[in-house]
Amino acid sequence: MNSSLLFFVLLCLTLFSYWFGLQRSLKVAGGANNKKALTSLPKQFGLLTAMVCGLPALIALLIFNSGEHIVVEQLLTSTLPANIQSLSTIDLGLYLNNIRSITYSTTASEILNVINENSDVTTQTQYQAALTLQELNQQAAWIKTALVLIIASVSVLLLVRKFSLTYPARQKSEGIIRVLLVASSAVAILTTVGIIVSVLFESIHFFKSVSPIEFMFGTQWSPQTAMRVDQVGGSGAFGAIPLFAGTLLITFIAMLLAVPVGLMIAIYLSQYASSKLRAFAKPMLEVLAGIPTVVYGFFAALTVAPVIRNMGESLGLSVASESALAAGLVMGTMIIPFVSSLSEDAISAVPNALKEASFGMGATKSETVLKVLLPAALPGIVGAILLAISRAIGETMIVVMAAGMAANLTANPLDSVTTVTVQIVTLLTGDQEFDSPKTLAAFALGLMLFITTLGLNVLALKVVRKYREQYD
Amino acid sequence: MNAITLPKPAKVNEDNQNDLSQIEITETVGNIYADDAKMSIRNANIYYGEKQAIDNISLDLAKNQVTALIGPSGCGKSTFLRSLNRMNDTIDICKITGKFTLDNEDIYAKNLDPVLLRARVGMVFQKPNPFPKSIYENVAYGARIHGLTNNKAELDEIVETSLQKAGLFNEVKDRLNDPGTGLSGGQQQRLCIARTIAVSPEVILMDEPASALDPIATAIIEELIDELKEKYTIAIVTHSMQQAARVSQFTAYFHMGKLVEMDKTEDIFTHPSHKLTENYITGRFG
Amino acid sequence: MTKLNKNSTVSQPNDSTASITEIVTLGLKKRHRKEKRFKRIGLSAVLFGFLLVVILLGDITSKALPAFHQHWVKLDVNYQASWLNIDENSTKGVTESELAQANYRNVLKKSLYQMLPEVKGRSDKRKLAQLLSTNAEFTLKDSLIASPSLFDKQAQIWVRLDDDVDSYLKEAFPIGEAGLRLNQNQAQWLAQFTTSDRIESRFNFSFFTSGDSREPELAGIKGALMGTLLTMFVTLLLSFPLGVAGALYLEEFAPKNRLTDFIEININNLAAVPSIVFGLLGLAVIINLFGLPRSAPLVGGIVLTLMTLPTIIIASRAAIKAVPPSIREAALGLGASKMQVTFSHVLPQAMPGIITGAIIGVAQALGETAPLLMIGMVAFIVDVPSSIVDSATVLPVQIFLWADSPERAFLAKTSAAILVLLTLLLIINLTATVLRSKFEKK
Repeated sequence: MNSSLLFFVLLCLTLFSYWFGLQRSLKVAGGANNKKALTSLPKQFGLLTAMVCGLPALIALLIFNSGEHIVVEQLLTSTLPANIQSLSTIDLGLYLNNIRSITYSTTASEILNVINENSDVTTQTQYQAALTLQELNQQAAWIKTALVLIIASVSVLLLVRKFSLTYPARQKSEGIIRVLLVASSAVAILTTVGIIVSVLFESIHFFKSVSPIEFMFGTQWSPQTAMRVDQVGGSGAFGAIPLFAGTLLITFIAMLLAVPVGLMIAIYLSQYASSKLRAFAKPMLEVLAGIPTVVYGFFAALTVAPVIRNMGESLGLSVASESALAAGLVMGTMIIPFVSSLSEDAISAVPNALKEASFGMGATKSETVLKVLLPAALPGIVGAILLAISRAIGETMIVVMAAGMAANLTANPLDSVTTVTVQIVTLLTGDQEFDSPKTLAAFALGLMLFITTLGLNVLALKVVRKYREQYD
Repeated sequence: MNAITLPKPAKVNEDNQNDLSQIEITETVGNIYADDAKMSIRNANIYYGEKQAIDNISLDLAKNQVTALIGPSGCGKSTFLRSLNRMNDTIDICKITGKFTLDNEDIYAKNLDPVLLRARVGMVFQKPNPFPKSIYENVAYGARIHGLTNNKAELDEIVETSLQKAGLFNEVKDRLNDPGTGLSGGQQQRLCIARTIAVSPEVILMDEPASALDPIATAIIEELIDELKEKYTIAIVTHSMQQAARVSQFTAYFHMGKLVEMDKTEDIFTHPSHKLTENYITGRFG
Repeated sequence: MTKLNKNSTVSQPNDSTASITEIVTLGLKKRHRKEKRFKRIGLSAVLFGFLLVVILLGDITSKALPAFHQHWVKLDVNYQASWLNIDENSTKGVTESELAQANYRNVLKKSLYQMLPEVKGRSDKRKLAQLLSTNAEFTLKDSLIASPSLFDKQAQIWVRLDDDVDSYLKEAFPIGEAGLRLNQNQAQWLAQFTTSDRIESRFNFSFFTSGDSREPELAGIKGALMGTLLTMFVTLLLSFPLGVAGALYLEEFAPKNRLTDFIEININNLAAVPSIVFGLLGLAVIINLFGLPRSAPLVGGIVLTLMTLPTIIIASRAAIKAVPPSIREAALGLGASKMQVTFSHVLPQAMPGIITGAIIGVAQALGETAPLLMIGMVAFIVDVPSSIVDSATVLPVQIFLWADSPERAFLAKTSAAILVLLTLLLIINLTATVLRSKFEKK
């Protein structure tokens, strides 16, 4: 049976084991009236049994599923004729894909027909291999089912034999739960490790073909690599400076919009606004924050960019249809609520006593804000700005839809530039095999992105922490 | 400073076990008016939303004298004090009626600028709250925003004079650029006082200025208050009767938002007229 | 006597005080002006924010409106047996399979030419046929199969018009305008249809009931909606237990040591990692290492789980922290084990906050596009997915793909899809807000 069904069956088994363990414990106690004789509650016995049934089997199922793909592929390849086995990884992969698609679309009997009726050697080999694949898959399914069911039942049976009046079911079940809790927390670490390892791994691969110096400092970005040895026009320059410059340009424009507007909104809402206005303004900010970035990207590409283009042309300027200005402005809009809410937090964190002291001396509200509150909240605000920059740098959809694809080293906001994130998407959503430097470049870019945003976040945290100690 | 000996606690006897809540305060006892009043308050009522915090209070603050406002916690003393420089304006639900005057001028008049009022009536708070700036900048703050000086030299002079008057200059003269928050509690409070007097106010309101300080720092502050009254009219809210006795010339006793009794400090503490006053200062409650 | 009014002259026995008041008064006007200006700047910033929201939503709504109705045309269809390529002399009568395999395109064309006999010439006739949607022939087929009695008879059948015609009718552009591929003749024929009341505008139900299509007039979001539903299901299923379990461990059980600190720092950092990096992770590990099918809701769900996990953990921790320690102490005092205290007392109390956090996390994941692009949900998928391992796309990706299409009609469709997405998000967020306020009242 296939994985989903197996999963479902396992689930039912687990539920059954709960009931089974519970009943068994009652039996050991000598009837339901005697259940106080047990040192643990019957339901804890049940829980323990359920966990012992489900968990080992589940783990086995997951491990099997992860490895199944690779093992089956290896076994299949070993049955192929030698000339096919010696194909390059890429070609072999294609060949195997071919075989797989045959198994998806034809039944076993149809495959046999083809083998018997078709005399072409290549077709014969293919369809023979397809047949083998089908058999292997079936065997795998059988083994998987058997494995899971056996593990589940054997574990349960072994367990209930140990049930006695003093069996520490509660402690054991709680111990297992504890392990599960720890494992859940570890997922976060695993994720980080996963990100670092995968990105690093592929980047190192990349740096074998392209030198890090060229990558970090080169000013030419045209990642066309030759598909075949004899292809013309595949030079492949991987200098990422135009990408960094483009990212910075758009981020800068976004910040120019978001920081003043966001900060002023924060000041007005926290110091001046009536509660009625605040009741309207907060949802407004949440709407801005909650709009998916793909929507912003659509707005930028199909509304803002043409408007800017028309305005520019009427002024006699030459504006690209995918100007950095359009992308930057919309990105700034998206970041406004971010800056605003973080700044408001920072300003509210300033002790009220300072505000009172300033008022008590006859300062106006604006004087108090500008001369006391903002300087006092400055670390928090700087932290907020750093986090906003980090967000802008990592933003993808707005720039994919509204910024250009051609690397352009310029400081003119009316030109079209491309960013790191755009290139990552472009490089990976095309049709190329996984190992070419082109695809790997995406991972190298991802590495740069990850390091930069991480660095900014850590810096933001440090700034806030270091200067916060001014109050008690 | 005044040296007053407080009366001994009255003997507890059955007759005196009055239910205090039954005692009606219909009229303030004593002398609430002064000949030379810097600030006058007539029939003041202050409400926080539904709750009435101050009930029909009238009194004068005598010029260049220290008036102490005493009474149990929560009886409206701080609220009352804050209304004298319109600090309660910042609280939406606070409603104030009555006549408040500074030099016979109504401070709650429509065309009156609170900014100007607060330059003339300064405030020192219970917990020292220096700005997270340097000592110099703390003291210079008021002078800067009100535009009191034309150049750095004048500003330096104001800073130095204020710190001198606050009795802090000698301790900090070598480190004027250090952060004000780095000083000890007592020093910080004196810094706040220096900051307040740098603007040359006419009245200084102090809300329990020494309650967050240790006894030595408290003594220094009390001595300072005594000197300051030469130039400023001072109203001080205090929890400590001993402090009131030491520091003030006039004392007003508040109870549940009403002014029970007000008189010269030496009179009030030696022979209080009202029963409640007597109970309070002899330590029966509060 | 010193007057406190702003514009009064000052005369006072105490000279230095008078001059101070004077100096302050001089500066007051300017300071109050600055104050007013500052306040005005702040207010305009807030109003600017409102303006942005209004412009954004208004723009998208106005672009989306045309997508909700479509034009249909009433044809006089002649289900002639010879046109259908069915042998009418067969004694058995017409079978279902014959009906299913008949030549409806022929019927369509011939009926159309019959309606406008003045149209001659191959290219003109082709232009005429192009007015109709490519699925018009299937509409004919469905109608005949539904009422087989129409065989060899005439009937009036409504069919869809091509997207170019639809756009033309909606926007009434001059002929030949860029993007609109109609010529004079076609406009004329359309005018004829219009005057004979043959053209009708109907609500576009197929937007919600059909999957994606190359033809804009047929494209719908059902596939994307199903994909979103399935992906969210997987995400919630995985991230909720993991997130709550992780939060419970960190708040209740973890010892205060460096390892725990490290985990906390990790979680906070992950919450700030750009979403595209998660896509890279998904690509490198989940697809290449584990060989899971590309563009399946399962993989999308796993990637989104990893993204949402930090949010859920942080929100759950806050909810758990808010449970008063007295509850824990009371339970422990009665002899409950730590585990029992946590699951029977702390968790139920913290559940409202946890659920609210989870809802918000899912809402964030709902709008994510970049990581899903990475794991391959970019393909053109027509079928509506029915399980978590079928190829699927999600609504944000659908929007992204449609936004790239040149046909004018896709502009409206994309905007309409955005409206659907925003409505979904609104509902989810409102639910969370209502839940939160309901439980805060307790």
